[in-house]
This record gives sequence, C-alpha cells and structure tokens, in this order.
Amino acid sequence: MNHIPEIIKTIPFDHYLILSAALFFIGMIGVLVRKNIIIVFMCIEIMLNAVNLLLVASAAYRGDAAGQVMVLFIMAVAAAEVSLGLAIIVMLYKNLQTTNIDLFNQLKG
Amino acid sequence: MEKLFYILSGLTLISAIMVILSKHPIRSILFLVLTFFLISAHYILLNAQFLALVNIVVYAGAIMVLFLFVVMFLNLNRDIERFKSWLPLAAAVISGSCVFLVFLSAYKSSHQIQIENSGGYQIGLVENLGEVLYRDYLFPMEISSVLFLVAMIGVMLLSRKEKTETVKNLLP
Repeated sequence: MNHIPEIIKTIPFDHYLILSAALFFIGMIGVLVRKNIIIVFMCIEIMLNAVNLLLVASAAYRGDAAGQVMVLFIMAVAAAEVSLGLAIIVMLYKNLQTTNIDLFNQLKG
Repeated sequence: MEKLFYILSGLTLISAIMVILSKHPIRSILFLVLTFFLISAHYILLNAQFLALVNIVVYAGAIMVLFLFVVMFLNLNRDIERFKSWLPLAAAVISGSCVFLVFLSAYKSSHQIQIENSGGYQIGLVENLGEVLYRDYLFPMEISSVLFLVAMIGVMLLSRKEKTETVKNLLP
C-alpha cells in the first residue's frame, strides 16, 4: 500500500490525457462506423469511460476527492441511460425486426 | 511500476479497438467487459479503490448483463452485419482523427497545468469519499435518486403492451 502512490510521481499527467483522448476517439469512430445499434451503444459506453478515466486521473493528481464523486454521478447517469436505451432498442426491434440503424428512419420528415 | 501503466494502456486500447472490429455482437460485449476490467485496474493504480470496485459492480455486473440479455433476447445470430461501404467509413475515420488532432493541438497550445501533488493517497477510500459525497454533494445525490425513479418509470412505460396498432402495420 505504501508504494502505490509512486505511480503518480513516475507517470506524467499527459499520458493519462492522451490515453483517455484515444479511448474517446475509438468510441467516436465506433459510433460513426458501426451499423448495429447495440454496438453503437457500447461505443457510447467506451466514451463515457474515457471521460471517467480522465476525471479519476486528475482527481488523483490534484489530491482532490471531488473528481471521484463526479465519476460516481456519471456512472449513475450511465446506468439510467443504458436501461432506457435498451428498452427503446427492444421496442424498435419489436416494431421493425432489425437492429440496423440505417433502417431507423421513421422520424425523417 | 511504469511498465505496468504502459502495458495496461496498450491492452485497454487494443480491447477497445476489438469492440469495434469484431463482427459478432457477443464478442464485442466480452471485449467491452475486458475494457472495463482494465479501466478498473487503472483506477486501482490511481488510488481510487472504491471507484474500481463500483466500476466492476456497475459496468461489468449490471450493464453488461443487460447488454447480453438484450443481444440474446433479440437473436441476432442469423444476420451477421457487414460494415458500411468504404466512403462513409473513410469519412468517419478521418473526422474522428481530426477530433483527436484538435484535442492534441489544444493541449499543446494551452499552458502547462501545474499539478500539485498533495500526496493524499487516502482520497479514494470509502471513508473519505463518503464524507465528501454526503457533505458537499448531498443535493446532487438526492437528485440522482429522482433520475433513477424517472428512468424506472420510463422503462416500465416503454415495455408496456401496446393496445393500438404498431408501427409495422403502418409501413408500406
């Protein structure tokens, strides 16, 4: 337990910044590229986790617990969002029998 | 100790890329679980022990079971989806890379953030975190309980049996 805080002194903060930016970017590419709506949803989860990682890193580097509390709130919102979104996906599948997002164009005017 | 961070980062990025690249949805979900576990390992490296546990319980426990349940409920095995044609794919990759470059250049041009290392490696423990949560952030926490109530009512409303005709009947 005593040697764990050494990681903060050896790794510069930039590396966490670049890691979470890369994770966010991978999630964004996934949202833009994939056609299955469930995988688009999973990529949104990856983007939320990238933000969480950056918040935890900055909280640890500043020695402030408020960032970690914010991560707890983001997790709560993500859980609510996933439950609602999956219910919407199930309803869409019941109506249209597909998960392809190119076919979800009923809202187009 | 340094090497551990770089190995974990590489594994995290590889498994996040595999979520996008794998064709079968169940494989994507399993790689997503792996990504969440690796992010939890990052939290442990950053002295956020309570958040690491919560991340495993909430994401790998609850959300992933929900995803797996929906994928198995929808029975997607018959049509393995293909990727989009190359033009939207290239556009997506190029625009995503542009966003990444904007992030990097904004960071480069900003002044260096002075990180004060206050040496508080107790901040991630339950005792300290709960004190901050229930003293300074009590009202947002109560609001989040209202959010959960609204989400629960919304899911019940969505999954109710429809009496009127569905959208499928209205399609040409």
